Amino acid sequence: MKMCGIISVIDKKKNPMDGTAVREALSIMNERGNGEGSGYAVYGAFPEFADYYAIHVFYDDLIGPKTAVEEELEKVGTIKHDEEIPTFEQPNLKKRHIPWRYFFQPNVSALGTTASEEDILVYLMKKVNTTIPGALIYSTGKNIAIFKAAGWPEDVANFYRIQDYEGYIWLSHNRYPTNTAGWWGGAHPFNLLDWSVVHNGEITSYGTNKRYLEGNGYVCTMHTDTEVVAYLTDLLQRQHELPPELAFKALAPPFWDEIDRMPEKERELNTALRMTYGPAMMNGPFAIVVASSEGIAGITDRIKLRPLVAAEKGDRLYLSSEEAAIHVMEPSPDRVWMPRAGEPVIGRVY
Amino acid sequence: MPIGSVPPKYKVTIDKDLCMLCERCIENCPYGTFRREGNKIQIFSRACTGCHRCIAMCPRDAISLQEKPIDYRSHPVWSREAREAIYNQAQTGKIVLTGMGNALNVPQIFDRLLLDACQVTNPSIDPLREPMELRTYIGKKPRKLTIDKTPEGDIDLVTKLAPNLKCETPIMIAHMSYGAISLNAQLSLARGAAEEKTFMGTGEGGLHESLYPYQDNMIVQIASGRFGVDIDYLERGAAIEIKIGQGAKPGIGGHLPGEKVDESVSKTRMIPPFSDAISPAPHHDIYSIEDLSQLVRSLKEATEWKKPVFVKIAAVHNVAAIAAGIARSSADAVVIDGFRGGTGTAPRVFRDHVGIPIEAAIAAVDAKLNEQGIRNEVSVIASGGIRDSADVTKAIALGADSVYIGTAALVSLGCRVCGNCYRGLCPWGIATQREDLTARIDPDIMYKNVSNLIHGWTLEISELMGAAGINSIESLRGNRDRLRGYMLDENILSVLDVKTVGADV
Ligand code: SF4
Ligand code: SF4
Repeated sequence: MKMCGIISVIDKKKNPMDGTAVREALSIMNERGNGEGSGYAVYGAFPEFADYYAIHVFYDDLIGPKTAVEEELEKVGTIKHDEEIPTFEQPNLKKRHIPWRYFFQPNVSALGTTASEEDILVYLMKKVNTTIPGALIYSTGKNIAIFKAAGWPEDVANFYRIQDYEGYIWLSHNRYPTNTAGWWGGAHPFNLLDWSVVHNGEITSYGTNKRYLEGNGYVCTMHTDTEVVAYLTDLLQRQHELPPELAFKALAPPFWDEIDRMPEKERELNTALRMTYGPAMMNGPFAIVVASSEGIAGITDRIKLRPLVAAEKGDRLYLSSEEAAIHVMEPSPDRVWMPRAGEPVIGRVY
Repeated sequence: MPIGSVPPKYKVTIDKDLCMLCERCIENCPYGTFRREGNKIQIFSRACTGCHRCIAMCPRDAISLQEKPIDYRSHPVWSREAREAIYNQAQTGKIVLTGMGNALNVPQIFDRLLLDACQVTNPSIDPLREPMELRTYIGKKPRKLTIDKTPEGDIDLVTKLAPNLKCETPIMIAHMSYGAISLNAQLSLARGAAEEKTFMGTGEGGLHESLYPYQDNMIVQIASGRFGVDIDYLERGAAIEIKIGQGAKPGIGGHLPGEKVDESVSKTRMIPPFSDAISPAPHHDIYSIEDLSQLVRSLKEATEWKKPVFVKIAAVHNVAAIAAGIARSSADAVVIDGFRGGTGTAPRVFRDHVGIPIEAAIAAVDAKLNEQGIRNEVSVIASGGIRDSADVTKAIALGADSVYIGTAALVSLGCRVCGNCYRGLCPWGIATQREDLTARIDPDIMYKNVSNLIHGWTLEISELMGAAGINSIESLRGNRDRLRGYMLDENILSVLDVKTVGADV
């Protein structure tokens, strides 16, 4: 991907915001996309099913793949509720897939191992995406809705009527794909469990990151580099229990020159971080926003080859590729700043 | 039975119009190719090894050298080499010995792998303007970091890191022992390595005291002969390497002829002067992976767990599984030596026919370790036939952490890869102990050749990385997406896990 637009917002008090403003904001960055893919993620979207994993699936048809997926789901848990995700025809958007969502409770003893609920979800995603043609799980988080398709931002927003959803975190992305054109699965945000990612740039270390993730049991199925961010975040923050600051630092660490000049304790920590997580480091130009139910974090590559602007107003933190997009959502922010290269900007819920 | 002589390998001629009769060629050739007869230099071409020493030293460029001046009847099956090996053996009844690496004309996989560069969709990085990081840590890494958050919000590191070698370039100098090469050659290599903040192997011949100033940049080797090994030796090295096998001659031991064991070599190796130094094929205390693991641990105990311990094996068919076994011992790094690796002396059949290419070995080892989820916990050092910075870059993209260069380092000292190291008369003062010959290397001058070489390659690797939009070597390692195979068949592409040229991302 070359040039993409990102906009995201969190209300740290968890006050709900509907999708109207984010739709407007993303559309003004149309020149950063080419109408080939846009998407939105919203946290807090399903209060009535908040305790269930909201599994989102793209079906190519409702005959074979759907039965096969439901069989897999029922083997390892219970479907509390499922529905076709409501969509509304748009003149410029070709409906290539039928989006479906399941509210799902995994059964931790189903695999007969010490797998956690999350492990079962990771297993399901791998199983479905690699063995069931015509079905693609593209989201598995609790209380998280993902809306994405190949199309311009407003068309995708209207296709799903995102103004009808509310949440305390919104993430959105306007894509200018150069590698996986027009594939719905390739549109952002990418989700894995509690993590959603939007990304602008191209990860030149993709091959290394992917192998490292494979060595740790993940399978990359989306044919695009962004998914590694979601998996790396899951590995470092959920499995290795690193605090977000450190986990993001592992992805875009300081240069050795800087590390060598740090006071001893800091130097040791940063050296250990780079040695241990070398294959997790992301290279190439990127600006990324990662969301979880706990907050959002934005980070750029170590030499800031992609833009990222941050702004604050009251309880709200905005992160975007362009300041103009922030102004659409918030005309008079308290503070606007450019985060330093490799330094994460984190907004947590209180 | 007398069958006469085989045709000479080379034909040397001197242009009489150019020659000034200075006799430098006579002085420089230890094989007796030249002698003076009146106003003429007489030439005995049969003695020539193609080492180019005379050509390099002739002030008038008067000397010409022609390889294979006499043709055999050409035949697709019965090559010159096949026939000559038979003539040789028919006379001697012995194993045919050779020096340097594999001389068969087999395809070089490295040459059929192409690197990537950025265009438009992402910017390349200019190493002159932006930092480019080649620092490489060799040794065990933890699987994950454990930290403690203090009440004040400070982060304390709980995980203890194992000792690692810190190299400022992914290029190290391979093990070449004192005995196999001269002390002056070793001194030049050691100082060159230290200059570039990287490391060099001692080989299995002990550590001569004049190398002590460079000991912090030296990896001490323990091979099956255990020459020169005592606690002092272990403690002096920055790391310890157990040599199980060697790419040029997997499965067999080594033999340093008594003639090369002069007083100083004998002292350093701790063996009687002029006795043959024989390294048995196996280590007599290692008959299984458990034994190896024990040796690794006892070396660590002996050095109070302060030194990384490497294990070197030849790239044989089952290299991936063996490397995985080693990785699961306490070893900190696995060294794999491919079948093009050089050596002082090796039987021709071993040098040319045993083992597998390093490219395939790296890919297989990296894949196996990754499959077991331990790839980043142990380092992989590749060696055997690395000729330039492109080979280094490709080796790393295939999955190596760093490389050892042997032959290339010797070439920087003048070696012409003539392949006669086993004769102990190296005209470049490298593979010899004869004082008049070793004096041809002045370490205070020649170390610069070695450091220039490493420096130049390191710059080239930075440029290649920058062009690929990568500013840190960690992001190159195992990044097989940045390689494409050119004219490689599907099987080898699948082993390398590399796509063909023209394939999509
Ligand atoms: S070194 Fe050159 S110029 Fe001198 S004697 Fe030999 S051939 Fe003649
Ligand atoms: S080290 Fe000397 S003898 Fe050996 S190949 Fe090089 S030049 Fe020839």
